[in-house]
Amino acid sequence: MSILVDKNTRLLVQGITGNEGLFHTQHMLAYGTNVVAGVTPGKGGGWVLEGKVPVFDSVRIAHEATGVNTSVIFVPSRFAADAIYEAADTGIQLIVCITEGIPVQDMMRVRNYLDQKGIRLVGPNCPGVLTPGEAKVGIIPGDISIPGNIGVVSRSGTLTYEVLYALKLVGLGTSTCVGIGGDPINGTSFIDVLGMFEADPYTDKIILIGEIGGTDEEKAAEYIADHLTKPVAAFIAGQTAPPGKRMGHAGAIVESGSGTAADKIKALQDVGVQVASHPEEIAELLA
Amino acid sequence: MKLHEYQSKQIFSHYGIPIPSGRVAANAADAKQIAEELGGHVVIKSQVLVGGRGKAGGIRLAKSPQEAEDLATQILGIKIKGLPVRKVLVDEAASIETEIYLGITNDRAERKPVMMASSAGGVEIEQVAKETPDKIVKVHIDPLLGLRDYQARDIAAGIDLPREHWQTFSQIGRGLWRAYLRSDATLAEINPLVITSQNRLLAVDGKMVLDDNALFRHPDLAEMRDVDVEPKAETEARKYNLSFIKLDGYIGCMVNGAGLAMATMDIIKLHGGKPANFLDIGGGASSEKVAAALRIILSDSNVKAVLFNIFGGITRGDEVARGILAALQEVKTDVPMVTRLVGTNAEEGRQILSEANMITAETLVDAAKKAIRAAQGGEQV
Repeated sequence: MSILVDKNTRLLVQGITGNEGLFHTQHMLAYGTNVVAGVTPGKGGGWVLEGKVPVFDSVRIAHEATGVNTSVIFVPSRFAADAIYEAADTGIQLIVCITEGIPVQDMMRVRNYLDQKGIRLVGPNCPGVLTPGEAKVGIIPGDISIPGNIGVVSRSGTLTYEVLYALKLVGLGTSTCVGIGGDPINGTSFIDVLGMFEADPYTDKIILIGEIGGTDEEKAAEYIADHLTKPVAAFIAGQTAPPGKRMGHAGAIVESGSGTAADKIKALQDVGVQVASHPEEIAELLA
Repeated sequence: MKLHEYQSKQIFSHYGIPIPSGRVAANAADAKQIAEELGGHVVIKSQVLVGGRGKAGGIRLAKSPQEAEDLATQILGIKIKGLPVRKVLVDEAASIETEIYLGITNDRAERKPVMMASSAGGVEIEQVAKETPDKIVKVHIDPLLGLRDYQARDIAAGIDLPREHWQTFSQIGRGLWRAYLRSDATLAEINPLVITSQNRLLAVDGKMVLDDNALFRHPDLAEMRDVDVEPKAETEARKYNLSFIKLDGYIGCMVNGAGLAMATMDIIKLHGGKPANFLDIGGGASSEKVAAALRIILSDSNVKAVLFNIFGGITRGDEVARGILAALQEVKTDVPMVTRLVGTNAEEGRQILSEANMITAETLVDAAKKAIRAAQGGEQV
């Protein structure tokens, strides 16, 4: 069982006819995810993947025709903010945005708009959400994780895959893995997901994978101290990152001495979180 | 992307913010000419993308065109924090009574832009924040509404600005907001904004940082990039859409994914090695991209070994392996290579690479240790 996505997810894919959208829709379907519709403006009325998924011109029409309740967005960065607004205005309650490279001012407007509507966005610039055995919404490879009782939340993509795979190798499974994304302004924070895992009866332990930049990990540490009863293990990437440089992710930057890996590791250790020295060690900490 | 002072002030001026008369010069003769046009009493300011120009002798006052020429000759010959000065801004000198700080930046934690002002202008705002935080006034701006007039007035009152300047200050605040908004800036700051002895407000120094992800909608601003200031390899990497940052170690890293790339650097350090770079080849890396990445890594003569760490997801192991082989045919090298392929099509990838002369590793720790030994001349295939 899980948080955010499961067997009841009725998934819409925005940008379904693009290269990425189509490729990953195929993998999501193969995993057993209930992909019920796709949207590409101007391509409504067609079908993709040998008639498995109908394509609509707008989210509104797709919603009326199929009753989608979750959307995953693969549209290019310059159109992504509009795609999020479209899903939100249609009333879709969970939006997962995979797209990387959305301008940060677009994201500030998006986030403030969604907060007023009470709609949850995961991402952008994230690998999505995977509930092993139930639903894969996004691009996390399905075969690197098995169902289990460990909740995983991360700002990274492939680094998360490392951890899921390391867990699987020692026979540990995941309740849900949530990639919250590597952008400075995103829809869902560590705290949001930690709260969901604490409330989820199928999650017994939690893994947090952070990186340099911002203060989300420090806030997570405070939250863990005040609200969490379940054990948390963590890994923080970027101990060797030079200050003032953006390490690939738009949000991974040490600015004016703030956002260093050392500060985050200390904040987490101070509240009793075990911090692994490398990603493969996390599995040992929780075994 | 950082803009130079002269570029930032041109943008400010476009949005109605008063700036001193002046122009940029690339040689001393031009500096003299500009000084003559401005009446002789000018300030010569080095245009480099680092702070601390004044302390380094990069900002000097001249009282005559001849002195302007002499000072420009000096300044154009120096380096500031390692960066050569290629241009100077020649501005009409202002007689300064009061210095104020006014800036807008993104507040990540609040997910809103924040306008900050301080009566302690002319020094770096981080320093003010550390030493006298009560001198900073902050107002968060609703990104859906923009800066409200009352907010600008609140800031003016908050820094004890005399009432006679409130209206002009508000106009400057609105201009700065528009400059920040319409340029997709992540930072727009006037430091100092001065009150002159003629009782005028004037933006004598300015700084802007733009969001690289938004440059697609600002081709005019994108052209302002100064590629002189970054390592050549980083400029080359941008052409191929590779995320690359040069470091001072000796183990080249090629990794897919930014987080994993950072973790790979960290684990090299953890085992006593030093990474030569950060490199994220991104998702679905094609063989051309892999080849370009390898060329860029090997262009650094400090590199004594290369570590490939690929976790196949969207990126397929066999495709990366083919890319590595193609790259090795093109880039002849004796530098030892360690590869670790896991995930989608990793087995196929390993088979493809078995014909190449490479050290292979199963785990991340194993890969890091082998790369370090190889760099020291120890590890053999």
